[in-house]
Amino acid sequence: MLDILKPPVEAFQDFLILSVRAIRNIFRAPHYPDDIFQQMDIIGVGSLPIVMLIGLFSGVVMTMQMARGLEQYGAREQVGQIVSIALVRELGPVLTAVLVAGRNASGIASELGSMKVTEQIDAMRALGTDPIQKLVTPRLIATAFVLPLLTIIADFIGLAGGALIAYSFLSLSISYYWSTAWMVLQYNDLVQGLIKPFVFAIVIALVGCFYGMRTTGGTQGVGRATTNAVVVASVWIFVITSMITRIFLYQ
Amino acid sequence: MTPDSPRVEQVLRFDDVTVDFGGTLALDHVSFELGPGETRILFGAAGSGKSTLLKTALGLIRPSSGRVFLFGADITDLREHDLFDIRARVGILFQEGGLFDSLTVAENVAYPLLNQRALRQAIQPNGAGQRTVDQRVREALHFVELDQTLEKYPSELSGGMRRRAGIARAVVTEPALMLYDSPTAGLDPITANTIIALILKEREMLNTAALLVTHRYLDGHLISNFRYNPSSGAVERISRPAEDGGRVTTKFFVMKEGRILFQGSERELQAASDPYVQKFLRHGSA
Repeated sequence: MLDILKPPVEAFQDFLILSVRAIRNIFRAPHYPDDIFQQMDIIGVGSLPIVMLIGLFSGVVMTMQMARGLEQYGAREQVGQIVSIALVRELGPVLTAVLVAGRNASGIASELGSMKVTEQIDAMRALGTDPIQKLVTPRLIATAFVLPLLTIIADFIGLAGGALIAYSFLSLSISYYWSTAWMVLQYNDLVQGLIKPFVFAIVIALVGCFYGMRTTGGTQGVGRATTNAVVVASVWIFVITSMITRIFLYQ
Repeated sequence: MTPDSPRVEQVLRFDDVTVDFGGTLALDHVSFELGPGETRILFGAAGSGKSTLLKTALGLIRPSSGRVFLFGADITDLREHDLFDIRARVGILFQEGGLFDSLTVAENVAYPLLNQRALRQAIQPNGAGQRTVDQRVREALHFVELDQTLEKYPSELSGGMRRRAGIARAVVTEPALMLYDSPTAGLDPITANTIIALILKEREMLNTAALLVTHRYLDGHLISNFRYNPSSGAVERISRPAEDGGRVTTKFFVMKEGRILFQGSERELQAASDPYVQKFLRHGSA
């Protein structure tokens, strides 16, 4: 029984060690600002088109579905409030994080995995560089900075998509939709909607780096690391969103 | 310093070192010493622990038991950041090359000069006649005859050229110890001999101690019996080999399942009766 538990416990312990070292390195020299900006460009600017597209269509679909449901209670004009709460609290952060996990946790894992199997990580250590400082910490900082920004953009575009549907198919005025959507939001919702992407970002970056840094077995190993990074990061996003929602709604 | 501490002139010493990868012994009670200017050739089948031995010597892998001394310092329990200054005195050529894909050849070769703390301080422009990073990179690439590749990326180079660029990156710091992990693996015989000639040249010019992992007996034979002549620029047979009374600076190790099965001179290797040891002579007779 203990033998079965040993590998996952050891893996989790390794993950915690990597996380602590990566976070500690934020406050230790040397810093690599060029790498941080490069990763912000890759993760942030690179993900922007797909995040905007998904944000738009999630707002569109939500508005159509919710309007249909609310119509039964004669509350169709309240659709802006429902869409706003759902997007800001949950859908915006989770959808954006899942997209970034699919795009960037995999990218990080495959890049670092390739470096590991071609001994570039060992070379880095041999040549006087801490690979966690050079590779993991910049990706962590960059993801933690850009994911909340991407989420804000996705929320905004989603609400705009909802406004478009409300105006063109539900005969609601855009100003009414916007005002109800905005007024319903409380401080608690905004905090929740920003804390979630921040925590997701930490998970996405660290999980991607963790699987990349422990890649073994050549190109097949790189493929395995990539798949594992996406699956584990996505699962953790849903687990963490449940936990944060529980804390905010039932505190 | 305790009575058992190694002599200062020792470059590398393994003292009963074992490396255990989750129940599999990659190194099994390995002990040996390496002095300045000496060379050790390591033979062994795949998975016999040769690469692990090199990485343990550099502190990239920590031993499960035993002690490793590098330049007289016990590196067994040193923290990663404390190892950096000692590693600055060691050059390593990885089996897979280990060149950074995202950097040009010149940037790769400059990397240790710009990133190793001890070297970074040494090349500050605070003394007359100090060679700049750029000069040292050009010299190192000239040494391996890759002057024309400064701005190329590793992916644009052939296998042999990548290996030479790896040697340039290793020697640019003028290390006291060189670790070569299968420098001729996967290369055609002509290119492989070119790489060995570069290793001889490096040994002659800098009097560097070296550990060289290889599958080819010919590599060991050449290193044991030939030298680079700086005045003629050619490789020539050593006039007074060890067997004739010269100092034995090149020894051979044969590794099997993490253990050093044989260690001795080339003549002793040729006389060894162990069938496993004999395999390496049969498959690559000089």
